[in-house]
Amino acid sequence: MTLAAQAETVAPRRRFRGLSRLVRNRGALVGVVVVLFFVVLAVFAPWLATHDPFASSFTSVRKPPSAEYLLGTDEIGRDIYSRLLYGARASLMAGVVSVAIALAIGVPLGLIAGYFGGLVDGAVSRVIEALLAIPSLILAIALAATLGPSLMNAMLAIGIAATPIFVRLTRGQVLAVKTEDYVEGARAIGLPHILIIVRYILPNVLSPIVVQATITIATAIIAEASLSFLGLGQQPPNPSWGSMLNTAKNYMTQAPWMSIFPGGAIFLVVLGFNMLGDGLRDALDPRNN
Amino acid sequence: MSQDAILEARNVVKRFGKPANFMRASSLVHAVSNVSLSVRRGETLAIVGESGCGKSTLGRVLLRLLEPTSGQVFYEGTEITALGQREMRRLRRELQIIFQDPFASLNPRMSVRQILAEPIRLHRVATGRAVDERVDDLMRTVGLRSDWADRYAHEFSGGQRQRIGIARALAGGPKLIVGDEPVSALDVSIQAQVVNLLGELKQDFGLTLLIVAHDLAVIRHMSDRVAVMYLGEVVELASADNVYEAPLHPYTAALLQAIPVSNPSARGQRQLLQGDVPSPTAPPSGCRFHTRCPHARPRCTEDHPQLETAGDGRQVACHFWREIQSAGVSVPARGEQRGALDKRLALYRARQAQRLETGI
Repeated sequence: MTLAAQAETVAPRRRFRGLSRLVRNRGALVGVVVVLFFVVLAVFAPWLATHDPFASSFTSVRKPPSAEYLLGTDEIGRDIYSRLLYGARASLMAGVVSVAIALAIGVPLGLIAGYFGGLVDGAVSRVIEALLAIPSLILAIALAATLGPSLMNAMLAIGIAATPIFVRLTRGQVLAVKTEDYVEGARAIGLPHILIIVRYILPNVLSPIVVQATITIATAIIAEASLSFLGLGQQPPNPSWGSMLNTAKNYMTQAPWMSIFPGGAIFLVVLGFNMLGDGLRDALDPRNN
Repeated sequence: MSQDAILEARNVVKRFGKPANFMRASSLVHAVSNVSLSVRRGETLAIVGESGCGKSTLGRVLLRLLEPTSGQVFYEGTEITALGQREMRRLRRELQIIFQDPFASLNPRMSVRQILAEPIRLHRVATGRAVDERVDDLMRTVGLRSDWADRYAHEFSGGQRQRIGIARALAGGPKLIVGDEPVSALDVSIQAQVVNLLGELKQDFGLTLLIVAHDLAVIRHMSDRVAVMYLGEVVELASADNVYEAPLHPYTAALLQAIPVSNPSARGQRQLLQGDVPSPTAPPSGCRFHTRCPHARPRCTEDHPQLETAGDGRQVACHFWREIQSAGVSVPARGEQRGALDKRLALYRARQAQRLETGI
């Protein structure tokens, strides 16, 4: 048809699905590798460990790294390398599961509050503001104390404490996106609200949520450490990186390896998740070909 | 309700904001005030006015994308303002909208195929394989290559996106399309293409068009009738020719005077409107135009003029339109002053002729 506007040009055709965009992003690839590395360590901990992570030895208390104890020993002579492997399970779980809980509650609430506005928004926002008024760690401690000390309850408590951030973030994004013409266009063709939210609003508010989620994984790992320290998280003698770090801080000068290795592990995992999150955000956006 | 009306508004009022209470002053914006008009089947009705006059709001209320504060809207004799959500959604297939900004009107996360397939699947215009065929058809109908359908909106130019927006409006098989400034975001040569495309589609699919615009050249070229709005009210409604050749309302006359003049020596002779549009939060008493009207008299400040019939199917809301018209002051001089308008019109016609020659 001659109507085709000859003067107008279109960039050469390129079609990349999200996955290939993710792999092409070097930062994201590093993130994936780092996260996978720790997941493998956690999964294969029983085979990779050189010692029993619970066995203490009074003859080898606070030994520096050596051939026998790869990363040294802690204050009651347990092998830090083996504890780090087993601790990866608790810490990764604490990070991922609690953020998943926060996302599962926070994002739908934010979508509904932002999209429908009015009374729904008022009710949700007031509750969230009340929760935000309490420091999230205090909230998590209160919740964990109420629920009883266990790793699962700690993750639940951290997840709930992290929820308000996601509600607020999602709601704010929705408020900006819902006035876009394409949302009105979706209403104009008669699309039901639920489909407008899922297909038009959610994909367009996802980027900052993904980034926030990866940052929150880091905070959640640290929060689990604090709860463990108070006896509300991972129960001793089971290791988690946070609880290892907490005991290590008393021996900072005498036995720095006790804090360096769990601290370094947290640092690496957090960095990995952040890079993965950045990559995910870019990969989810078809504009970044 | 007249027989050939496809869409009719009765006393439609739309206000935004909240009324005054003891805590704060009123933030009510009177976007549309008591507008009644009917759109005839198969015509192109243009709604014109300065920005902020409520023309876009009216367009959205007519499609019930906004709920009117009061008043009724009838489509094919059914009061759509009284329909439940479910019935309204079903009816949306027949009532469509084209947006002003082609960069904001397409979901950036969806391919063109997904965008166009949405209304087709939703209203079961086609199912399964036939959906893809219908999408390809739509692409060709609006003058795009069907193998571009798997691209995303950001890969297209403004004019092409506007064609996609038009294709989306056509996808459900509509009877009436509201164009909310459908070409004002495009540059002039692309405007001509899109304007002509709309004209052709109207012919081919027997559409009724309601064009909201501020560009008088576009309107002259496209529309059968023109409704002129000022501060939320319709001040004149007449055939396009009548409006352009012999405007009755002084505001219409002033709008025509404001068409840019290409000849510098002719510029001094024009009487342009002074001042800004008064705030729609506190519209002036009496005739809302009296603060800027060159013919305003004491009565205009108190007495609100109703839309009255002025013969020839014309309607005008002015106490003194007869006197103003007989004095001959409102009719813009033809010739030099219309240079820019005529040039644009010539461009549109040339495009149309060019296409007719090459054959469609």
